[in-house]
Amino acid sequence: MLEFSNPAIFITWLVFLPALAALVIAFLPSRGETLKQISFGVTAVVFLMSVAMIFGSGPTRFRAGVDGMQHMFSVPWIPSFNINYLTGLDGISFPLVVLTAFVSMLAMGASWPIKKYEKGYCILFLLLETGMLGVFCALDFFLFYVFWEVMLLPMYFLIGIWGGPRKEYAAIKFFLYTLVGSVLMLIAILMLYFHSDLRALKSLPPQQVVATGVVNLKLDEAAQQDALQKIYSAELPQHTFNILALQLMGQHTDLFTTPSWYGHSLQWWAFVLLGIGFIIKVPSVPLHTWLPDAHVEAPTPISMILAGVLLKMGGYGLLRICYPICPQAGYDLAYVVCLIGVVSMVYGAFAALAQNDFKRLVAYSSVSHMGYVVLGLGVWSAFAGTQYNPDYWKMGMNGAMFQMIAHGISSPGMFFLVGVVYDRVHHRNLNEFGGLFARMPVYSGIAVGIFFAGLGLPGLCGFIGEVFVVLSVWNYSVALAVISAAVVILTAAYILWAIQRVYLGTEYKGPHGEALTPFTLREFSIAAPLLALAIYFGINPKSLLNYMQPSVDKTVVELTDWTKKHEAAATKPATAETTVKPPHNS
Amino acid sequence: MTLQTLVNNLTSDTMNVSLPLFRPELIICATIVIMLIARIPRFTSWLDSFWLALLGAAVAFYYAIPAGGIGAIGDVQRQELFTGMLAYDSLTVFFRLFLVAFAFWFIILVRLTGLADRQDGQDFYTLLLGATLGMCIMASANHLMTVFLGIEMASVPSYVLAGIIKGRRRASEAALKYAVYGAGAAGVMLYGISLLAGITGSAHLPTIATKLAAMDLPALVAANGSSTLMVLVLAGLMIMVGLAFKLSAVPFHFWCPDVFEGAPAEVDAFLSVASKAAAMALLVRVAFGLGTIAPPTAPPIAAHKIPAVAVAYQQPAATTAEAPASAAVAAQANTASPNINTQISSAALAPVRRFIVLVLAIVAAITCTFGNLAAYGQTNIKRMLAYSTIAHAGYMIMAVAAAVYLAGSRPADARDAVAALVFYLCAYVFMNLSAFAVVAFLRNTLGSEEIADYAGLIRSAPVTATAFTGILVSLIGIPPLVGFVGKFAIFKALVVAGGPIMIALLAIAGINTAISLVYYLNVAKKMCIDPPPANRGTVSIGVMPAIYMLIVAVPALVYGIIPGRILEIATHATQQLLM
Repeated sequence: MLEFSNPAIFITWLVFLPALAALVIAFLPSRGETLKQISFGVTAVVFLMSVAMIFGSGPTRFRAGVDGMQHMFSVPWIPSFNINYLTGLDGISFPLVVLTAFVSMLAMGASWPIKKYEKGYCILFLLLETGMLGVFCALDFFLFYVFWEVMLLPMYFLIGIWGGPRKEYAAIKFFLYTLVGSVLMLIAILMLYFHSDLRALKSLPPQQVVATGVVNLKLDEAAQQDALQKIYSAELPQHTFNILALQLMGQHTDLFTTPSWYGHSLQWWAFVLLGIGFIIKVPSVPLHTWLPDAHVEAPTPISMILAGVLLKMGGYGLLRICYPICPQAGYDLAYVVCLIGVVSMVYGAFAALAQNDFKRLVAYSSVSHMGYVVLGLGVWSAFAGTQYNPDYWKMGMNGAMFQMIAHGISSPGMFFLVGVVYDRVHHRNLNEFGGLFARMPVYSGIAVGIFFAGLGLPGLCGFIGEVFVVLSVWNYSVALAVISAAVVILTAAYILWAIQRVYLGTEYKGPHGEALTPFTLREFSIAAPLLALAIYFGINPKSLLNYMQPSVDKTVVELTDWTKKHEAAATKPATAETTVKPPHNS
Repeated sequence: MTLQTLVNNLTSDTMNVSLPLFRPELIICATIVIMLIARIPRFTSWLDSFWLALLGAAVAFYYAIPAGGIGAIGDVQRQELFTGMLAYDSLTVFFRLFLVAFAFWFIILVRLTGLADRQDGQDFYTLLLGATLGMCIMASANHLMTVFLGIEMASVPSYVLAGIIKGRRRASEAALKYAVYGAGAAGVMLYGISLLAGITGSAHLPTIATKLAAMDLPALVAANGSSTLMVLVLAGLMIMVGLAFKLSAVPFHFWCPDVFEGAPAEVDAFLSVASKAAAMALLVRVAFGLGTIAPPTAPPIAAHKIPAVAVAYQQPAATTAEAPASAAVAAQANTASPNINTQISSAALAPVRRFIVLVLAIVAAITCTFGNLAAYGQTNIKRMLAYSTIAHAGYMIMAVAAAVYLAGSRPADARDAVAALVFYLCAYVFMNLSAFAVVAFLRNTLGSEEIADYAGLIRSAPVTATAFTGILVSLIGIPPLVGFVGKFAIFKALVVAGGPIMIALLAIAGINTAISLVYYLNVAKKMCIDPPPANRGTVSIGVMPAIYMLIVAVPALVYGIIPGRILEIATHATQQLLM
């Protein structure tokens, strides 16, 4: 239980420590300030644990430059349904885990102005953190779903109790949208589960199959092989919820290509159902309408969490689940996904331009920026010229990943900075601001920096992701590339205009001018690290890419191999469709 | 054979086989009698009937446990009791344990809420145990007579329970409404039973199934407008009316909201859990009894050394190789191995199963959707929970539909589908018993059952409000609460079944989950988000009620996180179906 040197136990503690703390807090007397301090302490410990995996030595260290899963951990959970508690981290999930821990800590720090029912707030906040960390760590589809849903209820109450005037509407809208998405996801999970069959992986190299964690990871190699052979020689289909095994099945077998309703294959439907679920979370147009409401009504720290972490789950789901498990559907629907991304970018940018509410503007900017993520993931540019060369594709996927992290830094920052002025003057009307630079110089300086990071100014974190994505799209569709590049102008327009209306100008003429006190130390120490990271990742993107690039590249290479096979099969006579695809040897 | 041997055989069968296995029911009967008699002589009238009832339920539970403990439910020897009237198998054992255990907890609940006080407690407990007895018979019915008998034995006490609060117009109205609806449904069902028994010449479910199999139904279906077929369909639909009434399935659900609103919340808990569970068990019995050829029961002959003749006519369909062939059986047993025999006859029953699946699927889809939509507009918590009960009945019927759908081709998957239903019922106990318990406790302290009066409850009664919120979330089916696992199991059964009907049901169930979110959350919102009214005093449900509430509500979380144990029991309970 307490062997922290065991990475599996370490990660389990990392995920469940907040929930445990929430349980303890439930039995403490409700003295607001103390509870917030305890909660902040817990989030800080979680953050330090995640950082310790970067810088620490010893077995719990997360190694950069490795493409496979690290620190995998599996115990049977519900044996009669074949469900395991299976967790692990790779270059895609690990940065998101650190980001989650970081944003949660800052958001808890930003929770000091909350003076109402602190006990409930702290409990729900910590439960939310467990849910978020769990989603990124889970490698079992059922477990993933459970964590995904666990977040909903705390989020509903956090918006609904501590939110603004239309909090109840916003909260139920958030819940309803996400629940619809997750019901669709549940159906897709069941469809995939019942068509999966571990026996079909027989033709793959055994170590590749073992690496998915379908057999007990604690056994030695020979025992693992035995267990694997036992699975292969079973009479009945061996269904699995293991995401990594499902990925192998999606790419190397034709289990999921069986024709299904309306002439589409099973994986097409699974991709669509899962995709809707994830795209609601991202959110992309036209399923984004919950987001502006939720953001505007949510209290500042919850907006930070929403923008910084929750939106990333959509992108993570697409990258981890949709594409690797349903490559053919991704291949067929690539243009649709890209189009959704581009439309979100354009629509979000125009909508942001039209807002008078500061927070709504930032919310729409999230829709626009997350469009880059969807676009970057959707681009299926397996070619460079006439060759199979996934370099541009890799660039797009890496760009999307980088954009997720960058947006996870800049947008919580923006929401926090909006919250800072809102706490002082109790309004967010852009037309009634102006002249904040004179009244709050430090605050305004940091704000301008973070807004520029959101804008994508070279040298700041937002730039790298956007450039990568746009470059990779050029290779796929010039029209989409031109549009997505042009969105930068719109982004610049709304952000610069907002800066002009809020921070510049001669003097503040809006209500409650007397309350515009300078930045407090607490506020400074929340905003400054965000700006520092925005600059650091802008100048030194390599530090982040070192961690995620190998895993992202691996995903792309696998998908490229699949595309090669798929297109070779498609050009052959029709009989090729039905034959089992040859095993892929890597 | 002489009359004497017949009587001898019958006596021996009853005394040696049936009665020992019928012990829990007998104990309940004895408890009822003791409770009533104890009131008369002066020297026993000080006895509190609460303790008698509790003791009776506990002893009945003890005797309902099979020889190998609860984990060995699947190992009981399957047989027919009382010359084929009742079926004794793992499902019977499970449901008996389930119902008796529920009665036990329910007795404590009514004591805590003060519904059954010292003065007229014995009336309440008598009715309660009487209804439980009827439900046990429903769960083990193997004959159309016991089907009807069970339903009536469970229903009549329920009518009285609904009106147990004397002098309250709403309660009396509810009771009367319930009784009238019940009588109507029972009449229709009885008519259906008479049609079916008339056409097949038997009321014994397995015998009916073999007769139906012998009728060459596919040919009847092909010959459009055959009158036999019409009568069969009519009989099926009419029997379904009786079942639908007990299940509160649309369109025979009208009594449910009115009764739930008029009756005390505790009685609602009883109706929505025990009555529903028994009705589900009965549905499984009837659907499987008519739709499949009964598997051979264990030959009690060998075990108890009585001549084969007495049992031979109970189980014409089922002969094992060891069972000595008798004259009555000879017609059936074409000496092939029973397995092949079963397969052939099961195929002949495919039209019956198709009919059952279709009826159940339609009823389930409508029930579920209607229940959820109608729950929206409710302002009374009991009414809302009544519609929620209706909706959940819809989900559960879906599982039965999937099970019948699979029964012909994939028995193992069909068993899993019934296991999903059983799990759902177990989950449902924790959810609904605690929901209605909270409603009853709050009624005692707030004096109201309106949702609006729950506003801001979290301020004055945080534990109650949190527990109730958890229960509501579990009813929606969100992890990590047990309601989710139940829903997942049923969804899983539907996907396994596949085919357009089942996928349509899956889609409907999915949509319904999203629909149900809003009205359940509305109550949670009232309690947790809305401000409390200014003039409310302290709200306290008391220590013992709070402990009770936690005992029944916390498992909803615990078994949501580690559902393994209940899943195992559910698998054991359904192990012997179609074997």
